[in-house]
Amino acid sequence: MQGLGEAFMLIMTGDRVLIDITFRAITVSGLATILASCWSIPLGVSLGLGRFRGRQLLKGVFNALMGVPAVAIGLLFYLILSRSGPLGGLQLLYTPAAIVLGQSALITPILVSLVAVTVETVDPEIKRLALTLGASETAANLTVLGESMGGILLSISASFNRAIAELGVALMVGGNIRGATRVLTTVIALETGRGAIPLGIALTVILLGIVGVVNALIYIVQRWVQG
Amino acid sequence: MVKHIGLKGSMRLKNTYTIIAATLMITIIIAAYVAWPKAGTRRLIVSTTTSLYDTGVIDMIEDAFEEEQKIDLHFISVGTGLAIAHAERGDADMILVHAPGKEQEFMEEGYGVNRKIIAYNYFTIVGPPDDPAGIRGMDPIGAMETLVEMGRKDEATWVSRGDDSGTHSKEMELWLLIGLVASELGEEPWYFEAGTGMGKTLQIAEEKQGYTLADMGTYLKYGESGLVSLEVMVESGPSLINVYSAIAVNPDTVQNTEFEGATTFIEFLASEEGQALIGEYGIESYGMSLFKPAVKLLETESDPEVTRWIEEAAFFMGSECPPEYRRGDTDLYG
Repeated sequence: MQGLGEAFMLIMTGDRVLIDITFRAITVSGLATILASCWSIPLGVSLGLGRFRGRQLLKGVFNALMGVPAVAIGLLFYLILSRSGPLGGLQLLYTPAAIVLGQSALITPILVSLVAVTVETVDPEIKRLALTLGASETAANLTVLGESMGGILLSISASFNRAIAELGVALMVGGNIRGATRVLTTVIALETGRGAIPLGIALTVILLGIVGVVNALIYIVQRWVQG
Repeated sequence: MVKHIGLKGSMRLKNTYTIIAATLMITIIIAAYVAWPKAGTRRLIVSTTTSLYDTGVIDMIEDAFEEEQKIDLHFISVGTGLAIAHAERGDADMILVHAPGKEQEFMEEGYGVNRKIIAYNYFTIVGPPDDPAGIRGMDPIGAMETLVEMGRKDEATWVSRGDDSGTHSKEMELWLLIGLVASELGEEPWYFEAGTGMGKTLQIAEEKQGYTLADMGTYLKYGESGLVSLEVMVESGPSLINVYSAIAVNPDTVQNTEFEGATTFIEFLASEEGQALIGEYGIESYGMSLFKPAVKLLETESDPEVTRWIEEAAFFMGSECPPEYRRGDTDLYG
């Protein structure tokens, strides 16, 4: 286990590169999760509670899309964001923003499917009751959303974990540029090849740590929400 | 009972709103942080060969350059073939590559201008210390012939870059010299195509105890830092010279490129300071320089023999950059 001691030193001394990369990874994936939540949660709720034709089909589609590999999304966004692609004028390729967009697309199906399942399992009586008490359709849906907050938070944390742990998107649209788009996974994958094994180990430990801390936080928030 | 559920429900509704509001506020703050451009800096995207990247020389050059210029250098590490493809798509502003044949094509198709040869070193064939194929000390041609023979007898393995890079181009050239086509060799069991960068390929060769073609810079870095135990089998010679060039993307062909920045960076690489940085890199850690500066050598012909090798390997129409491929106001060509 060459480099383990050095890795420990890097973490303990708060190596600047290490902190920089960790902070960027959390920011980028956190932003991607929040962005994806903006459309995925309403979509998931309407898929779970709505009664319209093609609902089952749509749910099936989102379930299937959960399996799309990250590199496929990476390639798609590379082609879209490339200067010769349709959104090339925005000059977003090889920026953190490009990773945010790619990751938010990657986790959308996960979030939609999990949210849909979560709200479906809430007792239908609650929505009916809210409607009887004079709530509008939206307010009634929000009540259901509130009732299933625990499951929703779990869906969000699962999505964040997927985003921060993925490599394909970050590599293809980020490019692993020093000081700009290096995130935990790209560094672990590429820099160990350059001999930076201690850094790789340290970042792996941090990645595991983040996932652990996020889940702990979500647990605490869940407890708080459910009173 | 009904009242109870209603009360609890409305409390959770309130919580939901609080969470949504808090989240949105955090989002706006983070988004502003991420999207905010560094004040007054321009972004220059450089697609570079893996050898320059894997050795770390590029990181040191970046630090020195960014101290002087308000240009933010962004390096994408890919093989030469992909670097050129990136540049043609407009995803890079300039390229740092080492495949003269591909470079000429790139320029003739109108994509590249202001080419400058900045450094050179040699390719080398490396292999396991016990040298199962027995090629140590041979000339490149003899070594390649022996490797095929021993490989087919299952006595040796070859790891090819297989990624359309400059080193891969060189390897295919060497196979052609002995009348073999690399893509056909790929079908044979002793020939592995790694499809990845130089550093990784060396590590694969190490794990498989195989032979591979490497540039001297990357090999030295990996050998000296104990990442691979492979040894040099074939010494440098004219047929193994490895010439690195910088080429700016032609602003007339590709839109939205940072041409001015690219030219500034090429001028920096060719400047005395840039050349000294390249020449000194590695001396401290590896006992010798990984890349040899080429600008002064070509200007003064201080070593006529090496000058001739470079000219034969990497000049087009008797020049590193014929006048019709020069753009803008630059003193790159004396």
